[in-house]
Amino acid sequence: MTSLPTATDGRKLGLVIDLDICVGCHACAVNCKEWNTGGHSAPLTDEEPYGADPHGVWFNRVHSFEAGDGDSGRTVHFPRSCLHCEEPACVTVCPTGASYKREGDGIVLVNADTCIGCKLCSWACPYGAREYDYADGVMKKCTLCIDRIENQHLPPEDRLPACVSTCPASARHFGDLGDPNSDVSQLVAERGGYDLMPEMGMQPVNKYLPPRASTRHDLETPAPPPETIPASTDTGSDFLNWVDRMLTR
Amino acid sequence: MNPAYSVIFFTTASGAGYGAIVWLVVLALLGIVPLTPALGASVIIVSLALITAGLLSSTFHLGHPERAWRALSQWRSSWLSREGVAALVTYVPILIFAVGSLFFSAYGPVWIWAGLIAAMLSLVTVGCTGMIYASLRAIPRWSTPLVVPLYIAFAMSTGAVLLIAIASLFWPTPGLIAWCAAVITLAAWMLKIAYWRQIDNAKPVATAESATGLGAIGTVRLLESPHSSENYVMREMGYTIARKHAARLRKIALVVGGVATALALVIAGLLPAPFATAASIVALIFAAMGILIERWLFFAEARHAASLYYGASEV
Repeated sequence: MTSLPTATDGRKLGLVIDLDICVGCHACAVNCKEWNTGGHSAPLTDEEPYGADPHGVWFNRVHSFEAGDGDSGRTVHFPRSCLHCEEPACVTVCPTGASYKREGDGIVLVNADTCIGCKLCSWACPYGAREYDYADGVMKKCTLCIDRIENQHLPPEDRLPACVSTCPASARHFGDLGDPNSDVSQLVAERGGYDLMPEMGMQPVNKYLPPRASTRHDLETPAPPPETIPASTDTGSDFLNWVDRMLTR
Repeated sequence: MNPAYSVIFFTTASGAGYGAIVWLVVLALLGIVPLTPALGASVIIVSLALITAGLLSSTFHLGHPERAWRALSQWRSSWLSREGVAALVTYVPILIFAVGSLFFSAYGPVWIWAGLIAAMLSLVTVGCTGMIYASLRAIPRWSTPLVVPLYIAFAMSTGAVLLIAIASLFWPTPGLIAWCAAVITLAAWMLKIAYWRQIDNAKPVATAESATGLGAIGTVRLLESPHSSENYVMREMGYTIARKHAARLRKIALVVGGVATALALVIAGLLPAPFATAASIVALIFAAMGILIERWLFFAEARHAASLYYGASEV
């Protein structure tokens, strides 16, 4: 049903993404693609992968932004995926019941057997988290790797979303954001984790940790003045001026 | 937003069809239109054809049209589902009213009630269409209180023009009705002007800073896109039209759909039969051109919050 679950046991599984640590290597996006193209929503179709206009379904995209100017400016790598919102408009707009939010843990999923591919859920999501599979004719999205986190065939240490387990910088954390004592909740409290676009009212579960304030002390000393450039190279002779121009070319 | 032709055709065609049904019922009940079987049947057949073609065309853009019936199940939460249910339910009173006006005196109590219910449900269906867009907070230019009144106003305006064009084939258009349609058409476009003013002057709802949460550092701009070619999100939600092209198209829509349509209707009300028929049909052509441009712009001018992740600075 696309009406949101009324009774939940308080669990809110989600991700915490540390923008201070992320190096923008795209490993999370690649491992996500690799796992999920054989997972719950398989396949994540690629079209024209070697053509002029390659496109395909990815659940995770890594953008790079510049924020601020001058010495205080930062380059911030910004992984973007489904935030498994508490008020997911993508679920309530679904006319078929294919989109749903799980009662037990709040994960937002799509039932590919009942999705009609109307794309309205992707219009309703402010975060651009849902991608339509043109080949399958259904909408696809991050499953928080339900086929890993609950997979009894995997050793316990591997029961993490693919993006989290692969991140070489440990910029991604997975856990229960509904439990104030969980590691991820503690991390959010400690570092001032925040919601993306709170004004949209979706109440995202996933949180982002801001880049830490700059600790580069060398920025505090003023830069040396630039080398002075001779104002004129006029030699007083047209011929010598011409030679000078030719040689300095 | 990407202006999909199937959706543009569906919203405009079904809007005109429902509007014409509403006017037919109202004018018949007031006794202004002599509801002959030929006239009643023509209006109802053309309206139902437009509504049905629109509904079918709206299923063409589905990934799985064969599953479309599932869209009727979630009317508790989804405006798209409510629209589908309302559209199907509305067929029943329309068909009962059609039988009444074709084979019996349409003024018997059963047919009158069927007509009234058909008119009411027609407006509800158009309202649901508007709510599909008005309920999307991710698209601030749609998520305004004017969108539903606009959908209803344009349905009533284009429906009136359609009714007059059909009716003028059967009996001379009474001046008063044509002039009323001209006033309604101008009123709908005035509402559209108010909407354009509103969206042009609205403060941004979300910004690249709020989308990334990096505003504390400074102005945020995209340095590098995650991918080298367009993905689904950019194709569907990233479509934007240049501001100067939009301004030109707005003027064309307003002049053709509003002013020229109203003028043709006024002329239709003044001239004798053959000329009135010609003017009514010209009005219908103008109205159709105007509403198609208006609906195309409704999509093309709307900016989606997800575009903030792909270089837009505000929506």
